[in-house]
Amino acid sequence: MKNYNLNQQYVRDFAVENAIEAHHVNVSYGEHQSIFDVSLSFPRFKVTAMIGASGSGKSTFLRSINRMNDNVATVDGDIMYRDVNINDDKINVYELRKHIGMVFQRPNPFAKSIRENITFALKKHGIKDKKELDQRVETSLKEAALWDEVKDKLDESALSLSGGQAQRLCIARAIAMKPDVLLLDEPASALDPISTSKIEDTLNRLKEKYTIIIVTHNMQQASRMSDYTAFFHQGHLIEFNKTSHIFTRPKMQATEDYISGNFG
Amino acid sequence: MNPKVVNKIATGVIYGLVILVVAILAALIGYILVTGVPHISWHFLTSPAQSFLAGGGIRDQLFNSIYLLVLTLIISFPIALGAGIYLAEYAPKNWFTEIIKTTIEVLSSLPSVVVGLFCYLLFVVQMRMGFSILSGAIALTFFNLPLLTRNIETSLESVSSLQREAGLSLGLSQWKTITGIILPAAVPGIITGIILSAGRVFGEAAALIYTAGQSAPFVDYTNWNIFSDTSFLNPLRPAETLAVHIWKVNSEGITPDANAISSGSSAVLIIVILLFNIFAHWIGNRLYKKMTSSK
Repeated sequence: MKNYNLNQQYVRDFAVENAIEAHHVNVSYGEHQSIFDVSLSFPRFKVTAMIGASGSGKSTFLRSINRMNDNVATVDGDIMYRDVNINDDKINVYELRKHIGMVFQRPNPFAKSIRENITFALKKHGIKDKKELDQRVETSLKEAALWDEVKDKLDESALSLSGGQAQRLCIARAIAMKPDVLLLDEPASALDPISTSKIEDTLNRLKEKYTIIIVTHNMQQASRMSDYTAFFHQGHLIEFNKTSHIFTRPKMQATEDYISGNFG
Repeated sequence: MNPKVVNKIATGVIYGLVILVVAILAALIGYILVTGVPHISWHFLTSPAQSFLAGGGIRDQLFNSIYLLVLTLIISFPIALGAGIYLAEYAPKNWFTEIIKTTIEVLSSLPSVVVGLFCYLLFVVQMRMGFSILSGAIALTFFNLPLLTRNIETSLESVSSLQREAGLSLGLSQWKTITGIILPAAVPGIITGIILSAGRVFGEAAALIYTAGQSAPFVDYTNWNIFSDTSFLNPLRPAETLAVHIWKVNSEGITPDANAISSGSSAVLIIVILLFNIFAHWIGNRLYKKMTSSK
């Protein structure tokens, strides 16, 4: 693998409203440090893609944003959301995760009915009204473009869905919580091309209402879907810019090599 | 040798071994049923045992076995559930947890006679509980706990960690994720564990001789006052179980039909265990379907 100067970076600052601003974030698993001093802001109601090779730390960074690294890794630095540092010990992580939802690489529907997949967490968060719950089920499934396929079998097991349907159910489950920010960790990498394009269509519609941060190793996907792109390499943020700039006029050698497939 | 031949030989050997195991099992169960079933009658199942005369039944022993199983599960299941959840979900991976796990393994390999004597000294004598169903249930809990704990632990661990992440990412606490998502998905495995431990409870004799006792005093099946000496529900009365009865009839039975009673009892024991298996699977499936709405 080529060696790049990891301390050089090109991070453009945009004068836009940011949903999340991370300042000097370091993440380590025990002795092993996997994120080095990353400062990165995510513009509101935009799609930001994080790209990079396996092990570049993009997923680790993503999971720090909704505190999924608690008890797994040590996260230092400030992550500001609505003027609050959410990386603080005193933060109520359960409340936080209602605002910052997450969809994972592999579809992980609960072993429950399709309806209950969506209502289970809502009920636990105190929503008891049946009308409200039904409304949320319908709205979120429509937003996730799954409603037409499942509306007649809402009480059947979610485990009977195909991989692509299950992943859209997971998206619906996340947006039923009415989050501000949606984190997606390679949401289509375990799916076939048709399901992938359905997921992408879904996400394209969602970006009007949510701030979306997506980790992907699929560069076509990043360039198709995102407004901004951040390139990670070996735990360092190398470049952050508008997606169109990253893919046409990258400033850093590492970025250029990575997107042109000339890497390692 | 070419791979095809090797494969054929290996498959043949494996088939042979499977057939051997099935044949031994079939022969055993077949023998017990063939020699025992002819002695089973309504009278046999519903009349009390006789000490000297022919024509005794196993009514009380049969009930005692089932009651003992219920009591044992009532005591051991909650403890095992708590311990299993701790080991699978909360315990840090360190030397202390390893010691706990090893201790549990050791507990499961203790000889039942030793556990029986220990419980006899501690509960029957020291704590003055006497020969009683309760003493027996506590002794059986010692056997049951390791089995059930391990089983619940592995059942929980076999549920994908993706499910835990999903629960946490929706803002659920770890406890709500475990009780609401992980536990329901683990139900089939846990049911299997209960069935296995139930088989052991039904079949155990050695530990019960010293704890639940070898006598089946008169009990009144219409007396629902559990504090009454004659109530069938009184947990402090001595209670000979079916397995102990078989051992006793065989070793010191002086009734003329001791042989028939022991064969009949053995057949009943096997049939009860089979029925319990079917029943537990049925309950487990219903429970699983209800909690996961799977078809």
